[in-house]
Amino acid sequence: MAVVTPAGAGAGPVLEFSDVVLRFAGVTAIDRVSFTVDPGELFAIIGPNGAGKTSIFNVLSGVYAPEAGSVSFLGTDIVGHKPHAIAAMGMARTFQNIELFENLTVIDNLMLGRHRHIRYGWLSAMAWLGPARTQELASRRAIEEIIDFLEIEQYRKYPVGLLPYGVQKRVELGRALAMEPRLLLLDEPVAGMNLEETEDMARFILDIREELEIPIVLVEHDMGLVMDLADRVLCLDFGKPLTTGKPSDVQQHPDVIAAYLGGGSAVDVAASDAAADDEAAGGRGEPTAGTHDRPAETKGTR
Amino acid sequence: MSNALTRRPELYTTYAQDMALLDTPAKRNSVAALAVAALTVPWLVVDPVLFLFAQGFALAIGAIGLNLVTGYAGQVSLGHAFFVAVGAYTAAALTGDTDTRFVGFGLQLVVGLPVAGLVAGLAGFVISPLASRLRGLYLAIVTLGLVFLGEHLWKEWRSLTGGLGAGRPGVVADVGGFRFDQPGEVFGVLMSSQQKMYYLCFALLVVFAVLARNLARSAVGRAFGAIRDRDVAAEVLGVPLAKYKSIAFTVSSAYAGIAGSLLYTLTSVIEPASFNLLMSVQYIAMILIGGVATISGSIAGAMFLGFLPFVTRQAPALFPWISTDPALRDGGFINVFQLEAILYGALIVAFLVLQPRGLFGLWVKVRNYWKGWPFSY
Ligand SMILES: Nc1ncnc2c1ncn2[C@@H]1O[C@H](COP(=O)(O)OP(=O)(O)OP(=O)(O)O)[C@@H](O)[C@H]1O
Ligand SMILES: [Mg+2]
Repeated sequence: MAVVTPAGAGAGPVLEFSDVVLRFAGVTAIDRVSFTVDPGELFAIIGPNGAGKTSIFNVLSGVYAPEAGSVSFLGTDIVGHKPHAIAAMGMARTFQNIELFENLTVIDNLMLGRHRHIRYGWLSAMAWLGPARTQELASRRAIEEIIDFLEIEQYRKYPVGLLPYGVQKRVELGRALAMEPRLLLLDEPVAGMNLEETEDMARFILDIREELEIPIVLVEHDMGLVMDLADRVLCLDFGKPLTTGKPSDVQQHPDVIAAYLGGGSAVDVAASDAAADDEAAGGRGEPTAGTHDRPAETKGTR
Repeated sequence: MSNALTRRPELYTTYAQDMALLDTPAKRNSVAALAVAALTVPWLVVDPVLFLFAQGFALAIGAIGLNLVTGYAGQVSLGHAFFVAVGAYTAAALTGDTDTRFVGFGLQLVVGLPVAGLVAGLAGFVISPLASRLRGLYLAIVTLGLVFLGEHLWKEWRSLTGGLGAGRPGVVADVGGFRFDQPGEVFGVLMSSQQKMYYLCFALLVVFAVLARNLARSAVGRAFGAIRDRDVAAEVLGVPLAKYKSIAFTVSSAYAGIAGSLLYTLTSVIEPASFNLLMSVQYIAMILIGGVATISGSIAGAMFLGFLPFVTRQAPALFPWISTDPALRDGGFINVFQLEAILYGALIVAFLVLQPRGLFGLWVKVRNYWKGWPFSY
């Protein structure tokens, strides 16, 4: 698989998120949050529903502009950059509610992930000579490696809209990988998956991290997964950072326990298995333990 | 081994094969058969019907253009007639006689046709920023405004267009002294102007269809689809929306311009009032009937609508209540032009409701049925 060299190994952090504030009418979705992600690190963000996790991703990928604070990616301040410019720098992302192109095949979805590597223009495309042809073939070869890696060979030519939910989640991960990203943002990659699918996904995430050495920011409600995979964890509540640290420390932190319990959740985070993994039920304070209902498939990210 | 592989023609051994345009033997054979049929038609049918074919090919180039921007990139445009007009007038002016009262430069079609495409493409490029600001219905309405603006411009700019009711001479199809628009000998064989124009339009359609198909299967075509289906996800994947909408409008308008210049090579007079909303709607009908986001569908839809008048003009002979006289002086209930307009509307509605993927979708159903025969699924 096309291996990305770890972003300037030895150099500074891949991502620096400093004192960011994001407000919507009446809600402060992100309230002075700061964190950094180091090369090769798997950084997790947890917190109850509505804590502001997805909002952080939207600020990172340029979909929302923060009110205050700075975001530096590979040493460049990206606040105010357009999403496509940030993507072109190598930030890839998956969405909480799958954002695949349902009408397009698995191959075309993954090929779209290659967009930032395409160097030919529309005139060359129309003639289908030289650069267009070579680059298309090279892209195809690259995505076939991803198809192998994610074990989705048999779905190649299907429109993704027809595929089962768990496979779609994989295809979306594949599309992000096709970008050969320098930072990967995963928004609830195992939400709504059964145990087997969750284990497969965990294996893929580990492989991405160890073999491809791509730094990852993971948002996930499945505490077991977070505890097993993450190097460091940031816990948020109502947009405010509660604590950042090693998984075991965060898990024991009184504020974290209070945030989950205080919300009325029946789940004890310290009982580090599939906790609060269901956000479909929506509101804070729904008892969620043990259910693996698939989130209602909704369009729109946010 | 190689034997075993050749006996399984649908097994690909390279990505290049898998990505080829005509990727199955069935496709290659049917395209070859179609090409042979298309080349023999001029010797089998009479000139008036040949004219309809040639016109259908020219319309198809325009329909492919509209399908690129509306079908592939999802930007609904009602302004196609405007770009057709830009192409028609550019080509007519460039190829027109220098010594008439109309603007004319006496150039060859080999100059007139490409420049018509370029000028129309440029016009599309200029208005494309609108598309990055507006979407859906708003874009449709603004592009509709373009048609009205054009109607006014063509009415007033008499030296170019001849003004309402009069018009100006069409495009002169002169290539190095070879006149496509006049009968004459070709390699010792006498050919009518219709036969020559048929071949010209057919050749150009093949070229522009292949170019469009290539665009559609490239990264640009994928970006179009991404913008159409989910624009936020497209941006986050690194697809700049404004840039690709602009490419879509530019290419689409250039196709409209080429279509416009070819269409008025076929007809001897350009009537400024013809570039109206109805013309835009006809192009929309072509892609809806033929199949959204397909090149072959665009061609099928254009041929279908191109031949529709041929069918409706026979109607008065069969039904006395359909009149050939626009003023209905012969006591008819409706005239053929009204009948056509009603048919466009009815067909659009029927296809949208019953067969949203158009003739192309219908064909896919038939093909799958025969593939699976005698099983129904
Ligand atoms: N586009 C928006 N407009 C208004 N409010 C928004 C918008 N996006 C997010 N919010 C609000 O910001 C807060 C944080 O939402 P966010 O989606 O970031 O939470 P989250 O931590 O991802 O939650 P979940 O676990 O449910 O996915 C919520 O109160 C939400 O209602
Ligand atoms: Mg979220």
